Amino acid sequence: MSETTDQTAATTQLSGAGIGQGIALGRVLRMSDPLPEPDTTPSTRTPDEEKARVAQAVATVAADLRERASRVTGTAADVLEAQSMMAEDSSLADDVASRIDGGTTAERAVFEGFGVFRDMLIGLGGYMGERATDLDDVAQRVIAALEGRPAPGVPESDEPYILVARDLAPADTALLDLTKVLGLVTREGGPTSHTAILAREKAIVAIVGVAGADDLAAGTEVILDAGAGTVSVAPSAAQSDDARRRIAEREAALSGGLEPGALADGTAIPLLANLGSADGAQKAVDAGAEGVGLFRTEFLFLDARMAPTVEQQREQYVKLLQAFPGKKVVVRVLDAGADKPLEFLNDAHEDNPALGLRGIRALRANEDILREQLTALAEADRQTKADLWVMAPMVATVEETRYFMQLAGEFGLKTVGVMVEVPSAALLADRVLREASFASIGTNDLTQYTMAADRLLGSVAGFQDPWHPAVLRLVGEVGAAGAVHGKPVGICGEAAADPLLAVVLVGLGATTLSMSPAALADVRLSLTRYTLDQARALAEAALAADGAAEAREAVRTTAAGFAQPPA
Amino acid sequence: MAERIITVGSTHGLHARPAKLFVEAVGASGAKVSLSKEGGRTVDAGSILGVISLGIDHGDKIVLTTDATNGEAVLDDLAEILTTDHDA
Repeated sequence: MSETTDQTAATTQLSGAGIGQGIALGRVLRMSDPLPEPDTTPSTRTPDEEKARVAQAVATVAADLRERASRVTGTAADVLEAQSMMAEDSSLADDVASRIDGGTTAERAVFEGFGVFRDMLIGLGGYMGERATDLDDVAQRVIAALEGRPAPGVPESDEPYILVARDLAPADTALLDLTKVLGLVTREGGPTSHTAILAREKAIVAIVGVAGADDLAAGTEVILDAGAGTVSVAPSAAQSDDARRRIAEREAALSGGLEPGALADGTAIPLLANLGSADGAQKAVDAGAEGVGLFRTEFLFLDARMAPTVEQQREQYVKLLQAFPGKKVVVRVLDAGADKPLEFLNDAHEDNPALGLRGIRALRANEDILREQLTALAEADRQTKADLWVMAPMVATVEETRYFMQLAGEFGLKTVGVMVEVPSAALLADRVLREASFASIGTNDLTQYTMAADRLLGSVAGFQDPWHPAVLRLVGEVGAAGAVHGKPVGICGEAAADPLLAVVLVGLGATTLSMSPAALADVRLSLTRYTLDQARALAEAALAADGAAEAREAVRTTAAGFAQPPA
Repeated sequence: MAERIITVGSTHGLHARPAKLFVEAVGASGAKVSLSKEGGRTVDAGSILGVISLGIDHGDKIVLTTDATNGEAVLDDLAEILTTDHDA
């Protein structure tokens, strides 16, 4: 990620990974950075004075957190209330008081005292380890109150602004008023970071992984161009006018109707929605979804101890299918394991759950649960007019494909396929698609397994980039196999929601694209700019690159060389 | 002294939400209550960090003790919170 200076306009330009194709113009507000560590100089106040300062700071912070909790609901409120209790915790107060008695300042005692409990939580690992972040946030607030500084966190503003941060955690975004956020710039994070996923879901212009983001001062005017992955700092009047014109043009283009997805030469590429429950169906229809490309059924199984009954499941499937009469709806059977363990399927401890008994493997080990789900799906199919397709997650072998095809066939399900998320299934796609009626590529897991990088692990997030030519080559294998057998190949994953990558995926042989409904408009617009031959040329350019960043750059350069119709 | 041995009912153990409800109830009782995981460290049950730091999971056996005069009634109330599944 480089920093260059535009000589003609004296405007600094920063670059990073753009999410989507949007443009934003506005003034910077910053998420405050973590406070410096309080120094270890002994206190000049008496212990009682220091303790009184802590008591006051803690009371202020706890009251503020409770007030914030009262403004939100659900998990966010629970987290904030738990944080207010952490601030006033008796064990912590005892620890801090004993440090002050030893002569340290209030600031240092709070820093060290919270640190002890933080390390204890991290030592517990897993869910408790994640609470360490909540505790850190409380510590920062108490120290800020002691030093008379503003509390760190999300800025508040009545004017719309561009939010600049190191990175955004879910706890930050829970309190963010998204109607005021014109765009996001983060120093950390990649295309699948929390910030990127949020931006895609809410259709907010975002540039992540911007090396120079720390130098963006509050109040500076910037232009974000997600398509180019650039942040233009302090633009000239002409540049700002140009940005305003492009924002208006894009709004006009995006509101230009909900035609079926198609390339510039008329090649139909149906655009489908990813849904996690039947409730989102109407929103997807409103956004012009031509069906559902991935319906996740995990929400039915949230109570980890017991599977839902056939009747409970059928009711939900009917509700979903009724929203899409005559349209395709692809339902994925239960995908448990790794990031979403369910006790009744597998309660054995696994050192590497992503490589463990998950997906179709877990269902096969509990075939009664799979049979019940297929029963409910077949019954819902008979009661409704949607075109129901059913697929299995995490299929690794041709044998698993045959197993699922045969079992689903027993229940009278007509269109049965598999998800391609494991490299072995992609490499043998010609044999997998000889058996299956269709394939749907889950790019998030396919990337994780291809790059051998846990997609939930921040330290290896840089590997989780679906632009990597190794991942794209596997997608190409599946696309080619689909063409040979005349079977549809869909994409359902973050990759399909990236407007430019979506064109590359079509060039690699994808016949449908499925994404969160908010991403449909941008992808629809992007497809209309390229012919199938051009999409294939873009795919060639990406496959020839050395890495993800090079592939993205090569495709941008190649695309810029095409004579495009006006946006 | 009153004492109860309880099996934790919440699916994900005594994490943020159930721990919050439990610690709030301890505070409301006005009694000084101690909590330990069977065979482990003892913490102040009125301290959310103390409670969370025990890393109590679903199905773990925990011990509650108190010297309060109304100890039996206090522990009955707390036991009910701990055996309920707040994640259901």
